[in-house]
Amino acid sequence: MFTAFLIKYAEIGIKGKNRYLFEDALVHQIKFALKKCEGKFLVHKAQGRIYVEAEGEFDFDETVGRLQHVFGISGICPVVYAEDECFEKLCETVVKYVGDVHPDRNKTFKVHARRARKDYPKESMEINADLGEALLKAYPEMRVDVHEPEILLNVEIREKIYIYSKIIPGPGGMPVGTGGKAMLLLSGGIDSPVAGYMIAKRGVKIDAVYFHAPPFTSERARQKVIDLARIVSRYTGPIYLHVINFTDIQLYIHEKCPHEELTIIMRRYMMRIAELLARETGCLGLITGESIGQVASQTMNSLIATNEVCELPVYRPLIGFDKQEIVEVSEKIGTFETSILPYEDCCTIFVAKHPVTKPNVNVIRRHEHNLDERIEELVRTAIETDELIIVE
Amino acid sequence: MEAYLDNSATTRVFPEVAELMTKIMCDDYGNPSSLHMKGVQAEQYLRYARETLAGLLKAGEKEIIFTSGGTEADNLALMGAAFANHRKGNHVITTQVEHPAVLKTCEYLESVGYRVTYLPVNAWGQISLEDLERAMTPETILVSIMHTNNEIGALQPVAEAGALIKRINPQALFHVDGVQGFGKARIYPGKMNIDLLSVSGHKIHGPKGIGFLYMGEKVRIRPIIHGGGQQWNLRSGTDNVPGAAGMAKAAELLYQHYDEDRVRLYQCKRFFMDGVRKIEGVRINGLLPGEADGNGTAPHIVSVSVPGVRSEVLLHALEEKGIYVSAGSACAARKPQPSATLKAIGVEQALLGSTIRFSFSVYTTVEELDYTLRIMYDKIPMLRKYTRR
Repeated sequence: MFTAFLIKYAEIGIKGKNRYLFEDALVHQIKFALKKCEGKFLVHKAQGRIYVEAEGEFDFDETVGRLQHVFGISGICPVVYAEDECFEKLCETVVKYVGDVHPDRNKTFKVHARRARKDYPKESMEINADLGEALLKAYPEMRVDVHEPEILLNVEIREKIYIYSKIIPGPGGMPVGTGGKAMLLLSGGIDSPVAGYMIAKRGVKIDAVYFHAPPFTSERARQKVIDLARIVSRYTGPIYLHVINFTDIQLYIHEKCPHEELTIIMRRYMMRIAELLARETGCLGLITGESIGQVASQTMNSLIATNEVCELPVYRPLIGFDKQEIVEVSEKIGTFETSILPYEDCCTIFVAKHPVTKPNVNVIRRHEHNLDERIEELVRTAIETDELIIVE
Repeated sequence: MEAYLDNSATTRVFPEVAELMTKIMCDDYGNPSSLHMKGVQAEQYLRYARETLAGLLKAGEKEIIFTSGGTEADNLALMGAAFANHRKGNHVITTQVEHPAVLKTCEYLESVGYRVTYLPVNAWGQISLEDLERAMTPETILVSIMHTNNEIGALQPVAEAGALIKRINPQALFHVDGVQGFGKARIYPGKMNIDLLSVSGHKIHGPKGIGFLYMGEKVRIRPIIHGGGQQWNLRSGTDNVPGAAGMAKAAELLYQHYDEDRVRLYQCKRFFMDGVRKIEGVRINGLLPGEADGNGTAPHIVSVSVPGVRSEVLLHALEEKGIYVSAGSACAARKPQPSATLKAIGVEQALLGSTIRFSFSVYTTVEELDYTLRIMYDKIPMLRKYTRR
């Protein structure tokens, strides 16, 4: 029945002269998302709107599902096209449309006509009134409410006549790519994929870095992170995933530094490496899944210690979230099931029984000097042996 | 160098087997149930498979039922026997160290009203015949005991148990899970009073997705898969011709060199155990008391506990050097809970998570084992430094 979708976008509408940049990015993202969809689609901008038109057969649910992954879309309106034959014919079509789309008609409604083609014989107000009358005649149980209608029936008169009344919510946010690029520290847990999702939602393209520590972490743990990146990439588009071998650095820290500080010092090196990679790849910031107080390395004292090693801003979108709230988002975006697979990651494997929760930065810095002899070389090797995986 | 020492998880397919299967899949791909020439041709392969396997067991052709693997054979044996005999009684006996294919099926039988006794084992993994005798009741309709344990290689007194069962209650059926034993030992169901025997193809250098259940000709069981009535109505579904023929070919080849291979495997095992014993603090699980050479257990399985190193870490450290082993048993390795078998033989809590299984095949060489030992000598002291403090 439906042959097209009208795409509603929220915040782009309020942009000024650079609005076209946002719209073009959105069109691009929609085209990309529909590539893997059954059917052929034409995506185009017209009169300040974006339309997705199906050329021939397509799978409605799959298409809507894909569109619901495109940031920047606030609503998806399935549209029925009617040929402009005569007004009586249009009345019939509209009556039939309401009959099909709204099985429960004990509702209030309003017709909202727009005449983009000014040579149409009736004016908008007339169309509203006449179509409303036809509907009331066909469905006596419906009532008119022009202020807060339950069904807002849009009728747009263009080359063809567009009829739509349903808005399927989109993910909101801004088109990916309009906000620059950032480097996500992806661990394989519940939080980091959610953090990536949230920043991407603001239009930011995501690169990611994963630290693995064979033989202490397994090939399956690495595959799990790739799988997580793949799920996030449904929203963000392709993700460049850097896999850094962290074993030697970890063992060196283990050997030279106090055990209670191992996690903090390890994280400091992860941030340093992530920043080096970020600068190489043109990222404008780092993203982590940290939340205040969740674990020893995420207390405010610990965050001072991990924050001070890099100059780029570190975005922590989950900082004020409870675990349950994070879990809810991860379930919504589909990463939860994968995140809870029981493979050790490099953060948990060496953790001390009682790690410091209030590290003193000066003490940490002093202990880090124990690493002076070899650490630079180890970091360099880790970056040189970076394995890049393009996940999509 | 590569050393695949996870042959109890699965084995490399013999090239002759792959060749035969390719020919069947590409040229002689008919359905044995078809009436035309292609069907008859395919039936010949099925007949070859039955004759070969029956011959190796000294059994009859009609006593071989092909299944999708060892798990299905175990399910068919247990459920089929229990359901067919529910009027005679509702008691089933098995052991605490069975493979999950048996244990979980027994749990299922309990959930539909059967009573199951799980026999304990001693420190080297064997049941005692006295326990079995005490557990037998007039209500007992089925006893299921594995031939070779998949985690520690313990051998159960199958022949003695068979004689005992038939002496006390001739009506009770005796099922043996032979998945780890077939190909490594000679099993003759007729002489051992075995009514039902499960075997899997991929553990004996055959393909995955095929196995069989030996079922003595006088035994009656109920099918668990219903459909087109293939295999005397006991296991419906289009016959897996390439699988069956491939498995038979593998078994045939394996038993051709049975005696030499067995001697060589025990030599490998002895060599490996001697080497492992040089590592400080290690323990080899499941050896018979006083039999340090390992001849009292399966020739192809060595279970080693390495205190101070988590099994998963050691496994990945060996993997980096091309050595493939298992943590506990492969089927249980992806679940966090420790192995029931290791617990049942009394391995201490601290060692449960530090146990690795090495399992050999006819492809295993002393060179590979020597290489493995050298890597272990090198890695274990390093890994022990980095445990949780």
